[in-house]
Amino acid sequence: MANSFRGGVHPNDRKSYTANKPIEIAPLPSKVIIPVRQHIGAPCSPVVNKGDEVKKGQVIAKIDAFVSSNVHASISGKVIDIADYPHPTFGKCLSVVIENDGQDQWIEGIPVERDWQNLDSNSLKSIIREAGIVGMGGATFPTHVKLAPPPEKKIDTFILNAAECEPYLTADHRMMLEESERIATGVKIVMKALGVTKGYVGIENNKMDAVEVMKKVFAGSDVEVVAVPTKYPQGAEKMLIKMMVNREVPSGGLPMDVGVVVQNVGTVAAICDAVTQGIPLIQRVTTVSGKAIKEPKNLLLRIGSTYEDAIAVCGGFSSQPEKIISGGPMMGFAVSSIDLPIMKGTSGILALAEGEANTGTESPCIRCGRCVDACPMGLNPSMLSILAQKDLYEEAKEDFNLLDCVECGSCVYACPAKRNIVQYIKYSKAQNAAKAAAAKAAKK
Amino acid sequence: MAEININEKLLTVSTSPHVRSEESISKIMWTVNIALAPAALFGAYHFGIHALILLLTGIISAVLFEYLVQKIRKKPITISDGSAFLTGLLLTMCVPPTLPYYMAAVGSFIAIVIAKHSMGGLGYNIFNPAHIGRAALMVSWPVAMTTWSKMTTSVDVVSSATPLNILKQQGYDTLVNTFGGAANMYQALLIGNRNGSIGETSTILLVLGGLFLIYKKYINWQVPVIMMGTVGILTWVFGPSGLFTGDPIFHMMAGGLVIGAFFMATDMVTIPLTRKGQIIFALGCGLLTTLIRLKGGYPEGVCYSILLMNAVTPLIDRLCTPIKFGARR
Repeated sequence: MANSFRGGVHPNDRKSYTANKPIEIAPLPSKVIIPVRQHIGAPCSPVVNKGDEVKKGQVIAKIDAFVSSNVHASISGKVIDIADYPHPTFGKCLSVVIENDGQDQWIEGIPVERDWQNLDSNSLKSIIREAGIVGMGGATFPTHVKLAPPPEKKIDTFILNAAECEPYLTADHRMMLEESERIATGVKIVMKALGVTKGYVGIENNKMDAVEVMKKVFAGSDVEVVAVPTKYPQGAEKMLIKMMVNREVPSGGLPMDVGVVVQNVGTVAAICDAVTQGIPLIQRVTTVSGKAIKEPKNLLLRIGSTYEDAIAVCGGFSSQPEKIISGGPMMGFAVSSIDLPIMKGTSGILALAEGEANTGTESPCIRCGRCVDACPMGLNPSMLSILAQKDLYEEAKEDFNLLDCVECGSCVYACPAKRNIVQYIKYSKAQNAAKAAAAKAAKK
Repeated sequence: MAEININEKLLTVSTSPHVRSEESISKIMWTVNIALAPAALFGAYHFGIHALILLLTGIISAVLFEYLVQKIRKKPITISDGSAFLTGLLLTMCVPPTLPYYMAAVGSFIAIVIAKHSMGGLGYNIFNPAHIGRAALMVSWPVAMTTWSKMTTSVDVVSSATPLNILKQQGYDTLVNTFGGAANMYQALLIGNRNGSIGETSTILLVLGGLFLIYKKYINWQVPVIMMGTVGILTWVFGPSGLFTGDPIFHMMAGGLVIGAFFMATDMVTIPLTRKGQIIFALGCGLLTTLIRLKGGYPEGVCYSILLMNAVTPLIDRLCTPIKFGARR
């Protein structure tokens, strides 16, 4: 297709493990560990105390900054602890632990019947904000912030990101097949909240069954369903926008700078639940896969269930896992244990068996240029990695566009010398940030 | 089956991404070696046992020198990655088939120890090691490096000069006559039954090897096409008897151009990173090759043209940076 972004790679998608497995509702866990920080932005503060009885859907930690998001109880039961618990990305995070009372009882007022057609944009946004909805593709940016761009940014297009370009992951794919009505309603709600009339759904063409279903559900509307080429990172916001409407988000800019808002499949489904039934974000579909998982599945899990719970539902391990990953294999986080909570952004839990990750020893760059060809952002990853090794992170930023890197990992995937380029880039970014912080502190 | 205990073995934790392609340095290097093998074997068959032993001497000594350097420098031994093998092979493919064996070993020493490892090893060398080795032999033993096999080129002619030598010293008509006609000459250049360095003579086998590398995406087609095309066009335009009288087909197949364009000017370590840069590089190689062939003292200029362009590679890289996403709207 003419608008396709440059670069990109074609990893083995390994989606066949779970692509044909219908979403299975996981049994309720005996307890949930719910971190107060599951999103980009400020953590929220707990509003319950140890010993409190809580109901499903009750707010347990409240938003107190604009870029933040409410956290709700995902089961009914007793708060048995509020303390620091292991967190997949922050190491440790203040978490509310709820012991399941087995009742699975909603808090009063949920669910409700609501006709969203009669609600105006502001009430829609405020419902979405209260429901604790964040980007469920993994970035976890609070959705209400995305839906409220500054007035000078004129939004004219909404894009549903259904590319699901990460290998292994099939949660969005299954949702499109099984929950198309919810997704369609969610899309319409978002478009109303944004006041836009033109919408697109971008689905990678390795999911043609989903393309068919979505075309049917959006037939006769202003939402165009497009099968896009299967090429990683097709689901990166900037790449998808380029693909769908041929606009390039400027360096350092956001989708709203080109008049576009992008949301993920799971997110719009959650928006549908929140707006039409008043149900906050307390569960999500997560793909549990990898060669070391006995029975890979797509699971509907309550937020705060542990990885261990999810893996147990999948029959446990079939072999000793070498790596456990939160999210997809290209941009997910490797974690060091499985007593971690499923969060709003946990799109996948992967247990990779020995050899599946194909690591290998790093050697010096042989300047083959594969990373340059693979980089969707038009950078020189080889040079960025070499500069980081020499601690020349300022040159990397000034002369080689360090900060434009989206850390998609295409360069590392392509590198025959097995160089950990993304790691070098993260290091350089952190060094620059530390230096800027130090300079700011010195000025005060 | 026994229960898997997750706590039995520590999990590996590292930065994303967690999957990688099957590509590796040794896979690339051995593939290039395989692509060169038919032309090298043809050279051994065509020039005889001395050429075969010469090839083996170059390869074995290159691998041995790499092993010794890494042993002395207490670095990991990487001789199995195929890159030293490749350097030894390329070097000896580009020397006369009559060269004394020890000279091949000296060439390998210079290529591996001086040109490659004194720069820091694989990936750090600025110049193509095999070509540095060849250039060093050229200035050290100019006679041995320009003494060619005696061979029958046509029914009544026995020559011990390369086609480019004959062209330089005796002119185009004599050249055609030594082959007994233009058609015979083109055929000899295509198949490889002509005088020259061990591995440079068989155009057809070298092109097949090169096409294989293009198919495997290990080299960009633009580099050989532009380098050979530039030589072809310029030698045609600036012909021996006025403009547009040259023989581009002869020039494109003669000497070391084919092996140079497909296997040396595409050496990823020493050429520009971006495709745009590689096009400039190939253009420069073609220009310099023609300049040396037509105006220089040497009959052949491929080796020096590539080395000179290696020298400006960092500058080309600086000029030809990729266009970052979001820069055009």
